Amino acid sequence: MSASILSWSLLTAQILLGIAMIIACIRMIRGPRAQDRIVALDALYVNGMLLLLVFGMSTAVTHYFEAALVISVLGFVSTAALAKFLMRGEVIE
Amino acid sequence: MTHAGDLPVWAAIATSCLVLLGAGLTLVGALGLLRLKTFYERVHAPTLGATWGAGGILLGSILLFTVLQSRPVLHEALIAVFVTVTTPVTLMLLTRAAVYRDRSEGKDIPRP
Repeated sequence: MSASILSWSLLTAQILLGIAMIIACIRMIRGPRAQDRIVALDALYVNGMLLLLVFGMSTAVTHYFEAALVISVLGFVSTAALAKFLMRGEVIE
Repeated sequence: MTHAGDLPVWAAIATSCLVLLGAGLTLVGALGLLRLKTFYERVHAPTLGATWGAGGILLGSILLFTVLQSRPVLHEALIAVFVTVTTPVTLMLLTRAAVYRDRSEGKDIPRP
């Protein structure tokens, strides 16, 4: 009973997060300017991290948590570096 | 799904509600990213996924692993704190950069 509730809801959540990642990809391809693409990339990072967390919950393996943490750190660093590049034209001055 | 057979039903229902709330809010934020018109409106949309989207899924994960392992599992709070701290920083940096680019191209961005 509880196993079927949990597996169906986690599958639905994975599908919703997958649709959200596809939408972020569409905005990243269509985005009229560079800042739109960077916002879409940031959203894509967050959605991928959440998808990995839900996958870890559905398999009950806590090691996926560390992968999600690494993805969120990489998303922060890459978005900050790209914003700095848009502002100044170079990342490290 | 063999591990969840000994999970109590209330924990399964609460975890399902939290995870579905988080995933649904993330999807709403992504739809806003697709549908809003200007960049300065679009930059608000993904924060929905970064605040309650991540919050719901992380609370569900804390609840599930706490009940499954029958001890407090709180390491997901690390991701919650990190996402909460870094999202405003990156988006404000990015919006500053966008304002700078628009002004240098001669567009009229009103002063805050």
